[in-house]
Amino acid sequence: MDLQIALLLGQDGIVNGAIYALLALALVLVFAVTRVIYIPQGEFVAYGALTLAAFQAGKTPGTLWFLLGAGVLVAVIDTVIAVRAGALGRMKRIVLWNLAYPAVVAGLVLGLEPAKLPLVAQAALSLVIVVPLGPMIYRLAFQPLAEASVLVLLIVSVAVHTAMVGLGLLFFGAEGSRTTPFSEAQFTLGTLNVNGQTLWVIGSSIVLIIALYQFFGRTLYGKALRATAINRVGARLMGISTTMAGKLSFTLAAGIGAFSGILIAPITTVYYDTGFLVGLKGFVAAIIAGLVSYPLAAAGAILVGLLESFSSFWASAFKEVIVFTLIIPVLVWRSLTSHHVEEEE
Amino acid sequence: MKRKSLVVALLSAGAVTLAYADITVGVTVSATGPAASLGIPEKNTVALMPTNIGGQKVNYIVLDDGSDTTTGVKNVRKLTSEDKVDIILGSSTTPVSLAMIDPAAEAETPMISMAASAAIVEPVDAKKRWIFKTPQNDVQMATAITEHMSNNGIKTVAFIGFNDAYGEGWWQQFSKVAEARKIKVVANERYARTDTSVTGQVLKMMSANPDAVLVAGAGTPSALPQKALKEKGYKGKMYQTHGVANNDFLRVCGKDCEGTFLPAGPVLVASQLPDSNPVKKSALEYINKYEKAHGPGSVSTFGAHGWDSGLLLAHAAPIALKKAKPGTKEFRAALRDALEGLKDVYGAHGVFNMSPTDHLGLDQRARVMVKIEGGKWVLQK
Repeated sequence: MDLQIALLLGQDGIVNGAIYALLALALVLVFAVTRVIYIPQGEFVAYGALTLAAFQAGKTPGTLWFLLGAGVLVAVIDTVIAVRAGALGRMKRIVLWNLAYPAVVAGLVLGLEPAKLPLVAQAALSLVIVVPLGPMIYRLAFQPLAEASVLVLLIVSVAVHTAMVGLGLLFFGAEGSRTTPFSEAQFTLGTLNVNGQTLWVIGSSIVLIIALYQFFGRTLYGKALRATAINRVGARLMGISTTMAGKLSFTLAAGIGAFSGILIAPITTVYYDTGFLVGLKGFVAAIIAGLVSYPLAAAGAILVGLLESFSSFWASAFKEVIVFTLIIPVLVWRSLTSHHVEEEE
Repeated sequence: MKRKSLVVALLSAGAVTLAYADITVGVTVSATGPAASLGIPEKNTVALMPTNIGGQKVNYIVLDDGSDTTTGVKNVRKLTSEDKVDIILGSSTTPVSLAMIDPAAEAETPMISMAASAAIVEPVDAKKRWIFKTPQNDVQMATAITEHMSNNGIKTVAFIGFNDAYGEGWWQQFSKVAEARKIKVVANERYARTDTSVTGQVLKMMSANPDAVLVAGAGTPSALPQKALKEKGYKGKMYQTHGVANNDFLRVCGKDCEGTFLPAGPVLVASQLPDSNPVKKSALEYINKYEKAHGPGSVSTFGAHGWDSGLLLAHAAPIALKKAKPGTKEFRAALRDALEGLKDVYGAHGVFNMSPTDHLGLDQRARVMVKIEGGKWVLQK
C-alpha cells in the first residue's frame, strides 16, 4: 500500500462517511425527539435516488402514487377525528396538506415531462414527492403510539421498514439505477484525482450540518425540538405540541434521507433495498454517539466510512463483519462510562 | 356421530383426490428479495407455459419464496401436502433450491430447479434422483471464459465476486479451470450486492496489474466494479459471467461496459445465431412469446431457464400419463422416470439429453461467448 492508494481510500471513506453522517444525524434527531429508532431512514435514501432515476428515465415514479395514497389515508383518519371532536376548523389544514398538496405535485409531475427538465428541477421534484412521506408515515404509524415504550416503537419501525422495502420493489423493480452526476468536472490535487460529484457530496453534507446547527440554535422550531428532546412533559407544559415536534423531526429526517439518496445516486447503483445497509451504517455511527450527540455521530460516521474503505482493501470478504463488529467495543465502552437510566414506565 | 363424521371425512378426501385428475404444477420462485431480478421474469414465464399437456388440463400454483431458504422449504411442504402437486418447478437461487431437495425427495415429488450450481443435481443419489435443473453449470461457463482468455493471450487475471454463494461458487470453479489453462489468478476480492463503493477492492486488483478482470456477479450490481475500474483508469480486458445477461445491466453500465466479454446461454443472442444452430428456433419461440406479453426487449435469460423447465415437463408428462393418473404417487414416479429419459429436447438455452447420471443434460451447445458492442450483445464466433 503506497501513499497514492491510501489517499484514494481515504477520499472514498470520507465521501461514504459524509453520507453516513447525514443519516446518523437524522437518526439521532428522530430518536431524541420521538424515541423512535428509525430503521426506515435508509428507505428514504433509496426512494429519493430512485424517484430521481425514474424521472431521468422518463417514467412516472411509483412514489407519487404512494404520496397520493398516504395523503388520502391521513386525510380520512384526521377528518374522522376532527368530526368526532367537533373541531371542523381543522379541516382546511387537513385538506390542504393531505389532498391538495399531493394533487398539485401529481399535476406538476404528469404535466411537466420531468425527463426534459434540468437536473436541479428534477432533484427538487423528487424531494417534493418523497419528503412529505416522512410526516405522513409519522401520522399513520407512530403518532397513535407516541407514548408507547421504545421497544413497541422499534417494532413498529421494523414493520414500516419492511412495508417500505416491499413497496420499493413494487415501484422500482428489482434492478438498480444510476443518475447523471451533478458535475462531470475532474480536479487534480497533487497525485490525487477528485471528481466533481465527490466534492458535491462532501460540500452538501457540511452545508446541511451547519444548517441543522443553525436551525437548532437560532430558530423557534429548532428550540422547540430541542426542548421536546430534553423533556417531553416539560415541553408540553410550555405549550410545545409533541405531535408537531414529531412531524417536524420526521420531515427533517425524510428530507435528509432523500437528499442523501440524490447525492449518492450518480456515484453508485441504487437498488430498492440499498437503503437498509446504508441506514444501518449510519446507525452504527449514531450508536457511537449514544444516539444523543450530533458532533460525535458525525465523527463516528467518518470513522465508519474510513474503516469500511480500508477494510475493503485489506480483507474485502470481511468488510461488513469489521464495520458491524465495531459496535461491540463501542457499546462496552459506553456502558462502562455512562450511567444507565431505567426507562420510565 | 363420531363414526358419521369419519365417513364424511373419508368421502371428502376421496372427492379431493378425484378433483386433482388435472396435472398440478407447484412453482416456487424468488419474486421478491435479493434474487427478485431472477424470480420476476421466471414468474412471468409460468403464465406462458402450456395449460394443456397430452389432453390433460394443467394447473399452475405459483408461490413466492422471497429468496429465503426457510420459505422455500415451507412452500415445498405446502405444495406437496396440501395441493398434492405432481411436480415442483423452482426455485430461482442455488441456496433455496438446495434446501428444497430434502422435502421434495421426502414427498417423492420430482423437482426442476432454475438455479445454476451443479451441486443441486450432482451426484445423483437417493434424494437427488428426484431433482433436475435447467441452467448451465458454472463450470461450463467458467471453461468458456478461460478458453477465451487463453486464446486471447491473457496470462494474469484478477477475480472479484459477490460475497455470497454465487461469488464463492464461481471462485471455486474458476480458480480450478484457470489453473488448468496456466492462467494466473493474481487477486481474489469480494463485494456485496448492495455495496455503494468498491474502491478498496478495485485498487487492490489494479496494484496486481492483471491482463484481465473477471466480475462474478448477477444483474445490475455487477456494473459497480466495472465502472470503478474504468474510473480509476484500468485498461485491460473485462469479463463478466452469464449472471449479468439482462438489459438492465446494459442500461446501468452504459458506455463503461463496452468491449466486455461474457459467456451466456444462446437465447441471449438468438437472432444472431446461424440458422444451422439447433437452438435458434426454440429460443426465438420463447423470446417471441415473452415479448408479445411484456413488450420488446423485456426478455431475460433467467426467464428462459423457467421456460426450459416447463418444456421438460411438457415433454415428460405425456409419457408419464400413459402409465398413471395425475395426482397419484405412481404418476409422480412415472414423471420422474420420463424426465430422466428425455432425449433431444430443444430448449431456449440448449439441447437437453438426460440420463440417470446427468440430471441437467446440456452440452457445449448451451453456451456462446458474447461481447458488448454499442450497448448490445454481439455473438462472438
